[in-house]
Amino acid sequence: MTAVFRHELRMMFSSLTAYVYGMFSLLAVAIYMMYYNLSVGYANFEYALAGASFALLIMIPIITMRIIAEEKKQKTDQLLYSLPISTTQVVVGKFLAVFMTSVIPLVIVSVYPIILKNYGNLYLPTAFGAMFGYIMLTAALLSIGIFISSITESQPMAAGICFAAMVLNYYMVTLAEYALSSAYGSFVALLVIEVLLALLVRHMTGNDLLAEGLGGVAMVATVAAYIYNSDWFEGLFPAILEKLSVYERFYEFVDGVFDYTHVVYFISVIVFFLFLTVQSLEKRRYN
Amino acid sequence: MIEVNNLTKFYGDHKAVDNISFSVKDGTVCGFCGPNGAGKSTTMNIMTGCLSATSGTVTIGGYDIFEHPMEAKKLIGYLPEQPPLYLEETPREYLRFIAEAKKVPRERLADEVERVMKETQISDVADRLIKNLSKGYKQRVGIAQTLLGSPKVIILDEPTVGLDPIQVVEIRDLIKNLGKRHTVILSSHILSEVQQMCDEIIIIAKGRLIAYDTTDNLEKQLQPKVMLEIQTDATKEESEGVLGQIEGIENAEYSEEDGLLKVLITTVPDRELEIRKLLSRKFAAIDRAVLKNDKVKANLEEIFIELTHAEPETHEEKREGDEP
Repeated sequence: MTAVFRHELRMMFSSLTAYVYGMFSLLAVAIYMMYYNLSVGYANFEYALAGASFALLIMIPIITMRIIAEEKKQKTDQLLYSLPISTTQVVVGKFLAVFMTSVIPLVIVSVYPIILKNYGNLYLPTAFGAMFGYIMLTAALLSIGIFISSITESQPMAAGICFAAMVLNYYMVTLAEYALSSAYGSFVALLVIEVLLALLVRHMTGNDLLAEGLGGVAMVATVAAYIYNSDWFEGLFPAILEKLSVYERFYEFVDGVFDYTHVVYFISVIVFFLFLTVQSLEKRRYN
Repeated sequence: MIEVNNLTKFYGDHKAVDNISFSVKDGTVCGFCGPNGAGKSTTMNIMTGCLSATSGTVTIGGYDIFEHPMEAKKLIGYLPEQPPLYLEETPREYLRFIAEAKKVPRERLADEVERVMKETQISDVADRLIKNLSKGYKQRVGIAQTLLGSPKVIILDEPTVGLDPIQVVEIRDLIKNLGKRHTVILSSHILSEVQQMCDEIIIIAKGRLIAYDTTDNLEKQLQPKVMLEIQTDATKEESEGVLGQIEGIENAEYSEEDGLLKVLITTVPDRELEIRKLLSRKFAAIDRAVLKNDKVKANLEEIFIELTHAEPETHEEKREGDEP
């Protein structure tokens, strides 16, 4: 694992990736800090981080697109399979390397609240609480990005899908509240999601029966529940998305709430997507 | 050292490897030969743990590759068909990463990398980016990677493909040297190449094992009759007269070459030397010169083509794209 970690980190820093990412990262925080803290004069560094989290939509695809897609394209994944290291070690090593790369610029950022404190009445615990939330958010989004990179061979494709996933993640609660808060809207949205999940299962396992079975059972259950009592579906979809959205959890940190359930949630997201990545890589051996 | 038992692999409905069994002893160089799409790469990928098998077992040094992959993989150095190189790195960085992954102790890391670079003669390009190296050097870096940690078994998939003739000779010499200290398995679709480098040959076609024996035995087995070629200034009638006096000649073909008569003779193997001596004497006795009196080297290539095509045609099409 340390071998993969060091190797990945070296590749990141010998190419432009780490520097471009660092530049974007620092620039985003700097711009929002200029606006919220220096220009408008809020005494909350959290707002600057909340604003900067928007830039992750572009940054996450930049840093994760190469990570596994390129291995497949250059056929170096065969080397990783034949080395005496497990797929889990490979994936965790890669994750830690991108995580490290994304945390390094934040070390510089962590000095900002201390500097600001000298010129105003800044409450440091919430500032660093939000900082912690920002790091967790980055880690969760990175694990999603790594998973997306593992399902394709092409870097641009990985970046495109990843960007779409990030945008969806960012806006989904707002969008769902506008369009799908009625019972019927939620019902249809759930069915669509179930079909998409079934397609994903089929893509990952290559097993039609399993995918159709799972999708079928879920859809029948949804239809049955809707017929039995459609009131249940009132506002259901936005509520589910709110629970699922990684950004919503991060905003809790920004609001000054340090809740351990959120930490557990972020860690679950990371573990879940890294697990999916391992499965996606293992699947290639069982095609 | 390597035991493969009843190995079968399906890609969907396509049977890429069909019930292959063989075992390779310690210290042999074994050649895997077959036309493109025969299942060579698939078999090698399964043997190195890169691919799962539908059924059957592979044991490396006593460890099952599916049950104890970590122990088994430590004994293997593998070079896939396309050398798995990180193009943005230098050979030194690349080899260092693989040595670390193979758990070479930290204090021996630099020495180990130096050692394999020396062995594969890439020390002079050690600090250039791999993407700027020629194909021959890239192949050497790929081979260097397999040698790290001195694994007992080295598996090379088509190591000479795409190289120029001089590079081919160099890589062949390198592999012959490796055979002194490792068990080597290599694949190729050129039989004569395998014949030159290997002690044992496995021929597969359409996923099935067709022949498996030592190179010498295979040559004998495949060519039970010995062919002799003579050139003489005698006429066809005179030659027929001479050949008629010699026992053990089964067939003779006559042709004209450079104003001389060329005779291709088929004989039984155990009397080959005696017949060659007799031919010289008998022609001399009728005052005719023999300008050539040679055993024709068994042409394995032809037999190979015959063997691999003699297999009953299956209705399935060869599917190249299926090979990973």
